[in-house]
Amino acid sequence: MSKVERIGGNVASYVDDRTGAAKWLRKNLTKVFPDHWSFMLGEIVLYSFIILLLSGTFLTFWFDPSQRDVIYQGSYEPLKNIEMSASYASTLHISFDVRGGLLMRQIHHWAALIFMAGMIAHLMRVFFTGAFRKPREANWLIGVGLVTLGIVEGFLGYSLPDDLLSGTGIRIAEAIIQALPVVGSYLAFFAFGGAFPGHVFIPRIFTVHVLLLPGIFLALITVHLMLVWYQKHTQYPGPGRTEKNVVGYPLMPIYMAKAGGFFFIVFGVTALLGAVASINPIWLYGPYNPGQISAGSQPDFYMGWLDGLVRMAPPIETHAFGHTISWNILIPGLIVPGILFTLMALYPFIESWMTGDKSEHHLLERPRNNPNRTAIGAMSLAFILVVLINGGNDIIATNFHLTINQIMWFTRIGVLVIPPLVFVITKRICLSLQRADREKVLHGRETGRLVMLPHGEFIEVHEELTPEQKFTLTQHPQPAALIVPTTDANGVLNPQGFKGRIRARFSQAHVEQIDAPTESEAKALGGGHH
Amino acid sequence: MRTVRINSGIKKISRYRRHRFAGPALLVVALISLGATFQVASALPSTNKMETTAQSTLIEEGKQIFARGCSSCHGLNAEGGSIAPSLIGVGAASVDFQVGTGRMPMQDMSQQAMRKQPIYNAEETAALAAYVASLAPGPDVINEAQLTYERDGNTAEGGQLFRTNCAMCHNFAGQGGALSQGKYAPTLMGVEARHIYEALITGPQSMPVFSDKTITPEEKLSIIKWIKAAESEPNLGGASLGRVGPVTEGLLVWTLGLGLLIGIAVWLTAKAR
Repeated sequence: MSKVERIGGNVASYVDDRTGAAKWLRKNLTKVFPDHWSFMLGEIVLYSFIILLLSGTFLTFWFDPSQRDVIYQGSYEPLKNIEMSASYASTLHISFDVRGGLLMRQIHHWAALIFMAGMIAHLMRVFFTGAFRKPREANWLIGVGLVTLGIVEGFLGYSLPDDLLSGTGIRIAEAIIQALPVVGSYLAFFAFGGAFPGHVFIPRIFTVHVLLLPGIFLALITVHLMLVWYQKHTQYPGPGRTEKNVVGYPLMPIYMAKAGGFFFIVFGVTALLGAVASINPIWLYGPYNPGQISAGSQPDFYMGWLDGLVRMAPPIETHAFGHTISWNILIPGLIVPGILFTLMALYPFIESWMTGDKSEHHLLERPRNNPNRTAIGAMSLAFILVVLINGGNDIIATNFHLTINQIMWFTRIGVLVIPPLVFVITKRICLSLQRADREKVLHGRETGRLVMLPHGEFIEVHEELTPEQKFTLTQHPQPAALIVPTTDANGVLNPQGFKGRIRARFSQAHVEQIDAPTESEAKALGGGHH
Repeated sequence: MRTVRINSGIKKISRYRRHRFAGPALLVVALISLGATFQVASALPSTNKMETTAQSTLIEEGKQIFARGCSSCHGLNAEGGSIAPSLIGVGAASVDFQVGTGRMPMQDMSQQAMRKQPIYNAEETAALAAYVASLAPGPDVINEAQLTYERDGNTAEGGQLFRTNCAMCHNFAGQGGALSQGKYAPTLMGVEARHIYEALITGPQSMPVFSDKTITPEEKLSIIKWIKAAESEPNLGGASLGRVGPVTEGLLVWTLGLGLLIGIAVWLTAKAR
């Protein structure tokens, strides 16, 4: 035993004798995680959150979250001697007079976009593979909460510099608050400490942005990860993978290296973007002034779909009892997003109600093997994409020589027509893919090799799949539709008959699929030769 | 004798004093002398006459170009028609802007005339401008001596004025923006200072007129100075992504940003062969 080993051993025993850490560490450091690229999407989010914490802390050293008036005397010439808020002036100071300040600002903003984009990609993976099913509904709910808070946090973050663009965004947020019936104007006065813009809003959202929301994020992310740890990670189906095991590599040393390395890669990509691509060039926007507005004022992409909804709303208002209800803001700004996020949060429960499936799932589903769910997901994405297009309608109009009115009408109709269309098409594609899987299992893989037989017949050689491949393509359970009895054993009408019929109808739609080939079918064909 | 000779001379002339052509002849002499006197009296501005002649040739030239290239829409006497407005009183500045930036003659009857390579050269444009200006008074072409924005303009103040009056259509960085029904505010990058000034005073297409009472000439120069500064400002934060705000940023993060990260994730989890 070398000297180093002896000292190291002594230190380790000292700690272990007092904490009992060895047993715990041994168990957890050898914990096995499955390996797949799509399982790293969540890591992108986690690492960009860490980058956000670090770069954000750097920015707070110079940022002055105050709306008091100052005269700009920094080094950006086109704004010299202009009256502006201290928060805008200090953001200019960070950008032009603090060493590395602009790079850090850009890293912070790019990391925020990667954070949100990564969350959406991660959410899509979890949804399309059915990872939210029992026992992971709680983690799904936390995830939905994180996305919602992420949107708010991002919005507050880019509102802080108090530039012309962000001020416009706050103005719209104020309008949405005011659109709330009865309490709207009171809430807006409460939030802004009086009439818009006031002088308290930036300091208030600063506290929320750097203290309250990051705190909630930290707590929720911790619980999110602890649940992953405790419930174990899901895995894709395959030979040797069951509902009771996890096939993969141990945390130490494989994932320590992979995850640690990936952190630096995420940091590297973020820094690359921050170094080469301009983001939120606030010096071009100018200081906020309620009397000014720029053409093409857009929010960041995660708010863009909301902006698109508001832009497409027809101008409907009602006046009743001396109150105005602005349906054109209330519906797209609050009601539609509220319904969307509620449905998203409740989806695990809705699906289990439709299928009657109350069992635990640790094996993921291939999206094609659950056509209904995949189609619902694709439909939702189509909806978001259509309204997002309308959110950028002016930029699209000028760049593609279209008219805003055409785009608005395309999206107004499209938002009702395209999602159902996408639903039907996706479902059919999934069923086709299932058919293709069935063909592959029964007749083997088409090799494209043509062979002439002695008697002159040409055949294409089909290569039989390996048993492992066959297993992967046929292992998925195919539950039958729920049968909800409309009458009981004595012929008495079930009091829940109507609800039951609806449920049975949903269930039927949900289980629609192509039968996976059975072993006897495969045997009868002899596999691969025909 | 001398006197006699004189007398005889006068007598000779006076013989014709009652001649029937005497009156008209005297009138001609009087008119010629009057004209000569006037000519001598106004000898100083004699070059002006040459200029007037040149101006009238220019107007004549402009009229000819107008008849060939513009009259089919604007009418033979620029009185306008069902598809094009009357040009009486629009002034030389308007012609210099519309023709000098290639907007006129229009390429097609779309929502809006767009900036393109000018069809007419500087002389032809000047001739057209002179012709249109001769129809009725209107704003004059801005000459270089008036464009002292480098000396008299204030960039920061110009930026303030730009954000208050121009950014709502032309975007915060003068990149242009969309208006309703396919109309648009064009980009201001690469536009000559003269044309910007002329656009301000003539209000082409959807643009309002900014008279000298709304925005003083000095303020106009400040705006031009700010636009020129924005044009030449380097992209301080890296690639500008079009200076159109967050839309292109979102596009980049979903393509390059997430694309790179997912690509690396696939590589990290690929089975070692």
